[in-house]
Amino acid sequence: MNKAFNATRGERAFDVINILIMLLLVSVTLYPFLNVLAISLNDSQDTVRGGISLWPRQFTLENYKVIFAYQGLLQGFKVSIMRTVVGTVLGLLSASMLAFTLSRADFQARRFISVFLALTMYVSGGLIPVYILMRDLHLIGTFWVYVLPGMVGAFNVFVIRSFIDGLPFALQESAKLDGANDFTIYWRIILPLAKPALATIALFLAVGQWNAFLDTYLYNGSNETWTTLQYELMKVLQSTQQGGANMRTSNEDMTKLMNQVSPESIKMAITIVVTVPILAVYPFLQRYFVGGMTLGAVKA
Amino acid sequence: MKALTDKHPAAGPDGAALAASSGPARFWKVMKSQKYLYFMSIPFVIWVFVFSYMPLWGWTMAFQDFKAGKTFGEQKWVGFKHFQELFTDERFYLVLRNTLAMSLMGLIVGFVVPILFAVLLNEVKGRIFKRTVQTISYLPHFVSWVVVAGIVTKMLSTDSGAVNSLLMWLHITDEPIQFMAKGNWFWSIVTASDLWKELGWSAIIYLAAIAGIDPELYEASRVDGANRLRQMWHITLPGIRTTISVLLIMSIGHLISIGFEKQFLLGNNLVKDYSEVLDLYALNYGLSLARFSFGTAISIFNSVVSIFLLFLANGVLKKVTKESIM
Repeated sequence: MNKAFNATRGERAFDVINILIMLLLVSVTLYPFLNVLAISLNDSQDTVRGGISLWPRQFTLENYKVIFAYQGLLQGFKVSIMRTVVGTVLGLLSASMLAFTLSRADFQARRFISVFLALTMYVSGGLIPVYILMRDLHLIGTFWVYVLPGMVGAFNVFVIRSFIDGLPFALQESAKLDGANDFTIYWRIILPLAKPALATIALFLAVGQWNAFLDTYLYNGSNETWTTLQYELMKVLQSTQQGGANMRTSNEDMTKLMNQVSPESIKMAITIVVTVPILAVYPFLQRYFVGGMTLGAVKA
Repeated sequence: MKALTDKHPAAGPDGAALAASSGPARFWKVMKSQKYLYFMSIPFVIWVFVFSYMPLWGWTMAFQDFKAGKTFGEQKWVGFKHFQELFTDERFYLVLRNTLAMSLMGLIVGFVVPILFAVLLNEVKGRIFKRTVQTISYLPHFVSWVVVAGIVTKMLSTDSGAVNSLLMWLHITDEPIQFMAKGNWFWSIVTASDLWKELGWSAIIYLAAIAGIDPELYEASRVDGANRLRQMWHITLPGIRTTISVLLIMSIGHLISIGFEKQFLLGNNLVKDYSEVLDLYALNYGLSLARFSFGTAISIFNSVVSIFLLFLANGVLKKVTKESIM
């Protein structure tokens, strides 16, 4: 009796501590976002006084009005959307097509291509050889440098292939008997059935494109036509940081912008603008990417 | 890598029919019958060749005094000159120290904590609470490093940053700590930011593996009087051992190629001696100063060490746990 009683008390203590740990984790994860949101919606003069935590003290949309009047940011927004759409569509088509051919056990070149592709996950040429290659291909200073180099991703191909492997092969055989060629099979049968895997990869590609800033910095650093939202945010964040080490160009528009309202408010408002599109979609795609991650990793 | 290149058990429609004939004639015949498969894969193979393999050819630059305007034939070959220069550069050892320190800290923390989190989350009873915690936990994974760096800088700022406010409220410190301006904080800041961003995401795989454990094992152990901690230790952890070792090998393979986004974004001139990692060094001394050959030598060193570590980790873990990714 006594032992059982102790066990339940121990169990309960464990549950309580466990839930407290989880709640702590949730607050540590969420607090920074809510804090940034509150500051972005607070009057900039008032923010300087400090002490804003979860709720704006003097609510205003002024900070957002100011940043949306800034040309560089609007341009960045456009380019970021463009690269996300184009990069995702191209990446999805190429990965799924290649994945389909690799899922076919009878395909002669299958083993060679698999190894050829898998090696790229472990060996890379490095920063400078890649930079020289981009220059030789005349991709620097263009939009295409964002979408072409990473178009065929080994990881994406293998995730989609694992999924296609799980589809019944009889579907392909009967289509073949009806006279369909391999491309028709891919387009009409495999693509519609592979939607869950495609959704996962689309999410990965889109997030990767939306969040990328390094390629802009390296290849389009002083090219205002192809600037991206992340890069604009980076410039704003670094412009007032101690040392400001990595700034490449100082932008007059931006300085003006910073003087209109405080730099702090500008930074927080842009952070929200950059983050919200992603946060708006990810809860809905959850079930897809959890499945996709499991396909890609546990099987490895 | 084994699973990625394994043969599929099912035979294709053409393979079975043509298995009887043999020789080059058969090869061409099969090739012709698979022309669509070739059309659908060869362009991408060429693509991968250009964007992933051509840069490897660029490694030759490390053995030349590469001048941008000249053709390959006109470049002057200098052997290991740039490597000698690299290995005698004091800065190189500082940078190597930073790289190893941050990657080791990242490996240990970024590996252990997600497993712990997954095991604990699995013990949470309420389904809705569990799901909500998980959903929130991987939110930061989807946010860019630019945003995370901005948030971290804000949270650690001396001017009403949350961390300093909390520390002062708890009377742990009387003066705000200058986290971003003091080099000895930098490694911890990078490790903690990385953990904050990737904790929930890394745990997904372990949670999936835990879900695959036979529930009867837990039943049986409960009958035997095992409490929750014992169950975690004797059932959950051994149950995900395979997943743990495979992921460990993979992360050791990527140990030294930690990237430099975090260091680039979180670092500044004041903490440069602690923030500069190999890739950043290649960027600062190779690309920005147009010392392409020297920068390439750094990249080669980086790759060689990575591959060595991958094989080492694979070999050791194969002996210990009989798991392997190759």
